[in-house]
Amino acid sequence: MKHEIVEKNIGLMIVLIILTISGGFLAEVVPLFFQKEVNEPVEGLEPLSALELEGRDIYIREGCHVCHTQQIRPFRAETERYGHYSVAGEFVYDRPFLWGSKRTGPDLARVGGRYSDAWQRQHLYDPRSVVPESNMPAFPWLFEDKVDHSKTAAKLETLQTLGVPYTDEQIAEAAAQVEGKFEIEALVAYLQQLGTVISDRR
Amino acid sequence: MSTFWSIWISVIVLGTVFGCWWLLWATRKSQTTDTETDRTMGHSFDGIEEYDNPLPKWWFYLFLATCVFALGYLALYPGLGNYKGLLGWTSTNQWEAEVAEAEEKYGPIYAQYGETPVPELAENSDAMKIGQRLFANNCAVCHGSAARGQVGFPNLTDDDWLWGGTPEAILETLHNGRMGNMPAKGTMPGMTNEQVDQVVNYVLSFSGREKDAEAAKAGEQVYAQACVACHGPEGKGMEAMGAPNLTDNTWLYGSTYEWIRETVVHGRQNQMPAQDRLLSDDQIQILAAYVYSLSN
Repeated sequence: MKHEIVEKNIGLMIVLIILTISGGFLAEVVPLFFQKEVNEPVEGLEPLSALELEGRDIYIREGCHVCHTQQIRPFRAETERYGHYSVAGEFVYDRPFLWGSKRTGPDLARVGGRYSDAWQRQHLYDPRSVVPESNMPAFPWLFEDKVDHSKTAAKLETLQTLGVPYTDEQIAEAAAQVEGKFEIEALVAYLQQLGTVISDRR
Repeated sequence: MSTFWSIWISVIVLGTVFGCWWLLWATRKSQTTDTETDRTMGHSFDGIEEYDNPLPKWWFYLFLATCVFALGYLALYPGLGNYKGLLGWTSTNQWEAEVAEAEEKYGPIYAQYGETPVPELAENSDAMKIGQRLFANNCAVCHGSAARGQVGFPNLTDDDWLWGGTPEAILETLHNGRMGNMPAKGTMPGMTNEQVDQVVNYVLSFSGREKDAEAAKAGEQVYAQACVACHGPEGKGMEAMGAPNLTDNTWLYGSTYEWIRETVVHGRQNQMPAQDRLLSDDQIQILAAYVYSLSN
């Protein structure tokens, strides 16, 4: 083939580029859409409650996922520190997933239940008061601001449309469940459930 | 994975490898020589022309070698749908092998320490080195790296224990965790502000620090109604409930009038998380010995 033909016909070049870059996607990603291991929840997995879901949105808003991953890789060094390695079925209700890609702080995939609520609150209010060498920023405003409940029901409804099994009852009660709660309560509720569906941490 | 997707993946992967091979082969110049010629590509931009020379041989064969490498890799590792690869590698069995290797190396050491009674283990300096590491990784976040604790998180180096400092009590605390709960205003939800002031003064009087002797005296009755069930008639506390001794000089939530008042009015909830699912029994045994050694 003469590369001159490709270089001088931009339409043909576009088609060939798309073909080239889609090879990996077609072979590595598309088949996953149809795999049981990826689409079926692990036993006991429940969708996030309204409060936990608002907590997740605060987690995203404050950029926690930029410094914390939520994905334990199958290496002994990681499973010794964080617990059982993550499996695909734990994340089927996560939209978007919050695996992250960089660990400035530790992985949080199984942080649920590891520390007390009181510790989580104090740590978020002033990280260095409990971990002197920490470089995590403090989040004192979470203790002053109330959760915005105006969109909670709509969020659950959207997720229901996407296939997360929320009941209509849960959606109807959603706003009332978070109304008047401080943001810190929502965030701690979210953190305390992370990874708890697989109770065997070792 | 269904046969369809298995074939789908194999076709794309192998198609790409052989496609690259074909592209390299079909577009090669004569590779019989890499002598440069004066032949050009036939275009000229601003008087600049481009020679039409073949790739250097070593470079061309290196490209072909990547295709051969890819085929070798696909034969050894799982890359073609349901084909498992000659090595039978999976990320899970790699992890299992890693764990088994560590278990073989450290297992006997841990097993030996796991069977040693706590007080004896606390004398073993090798075990305590492991204990210190375990403590730093798992406990220091709340109790501090020197185990001296802080407001809300108990000091483990003193002789004062909320839930008991015997080896058995420490093991129980580590294995199953503890839930401390002081209800707001104790067992007397209707406590008035005046009564709060009285009972705080009474509690301070255990250590001779009451602000107002009269209020402290009146507080005795409030104490008997609101606090005695857990803290006992003499304020000595009760380990079975994690109720602290109020007569010593150790305070989990501050010793001043204001702090104690805050505790009485709002109550305190605290939790020591269970370590059972996080650590092995042997590791917990070593940790218990380490904690025991801090005050014994």
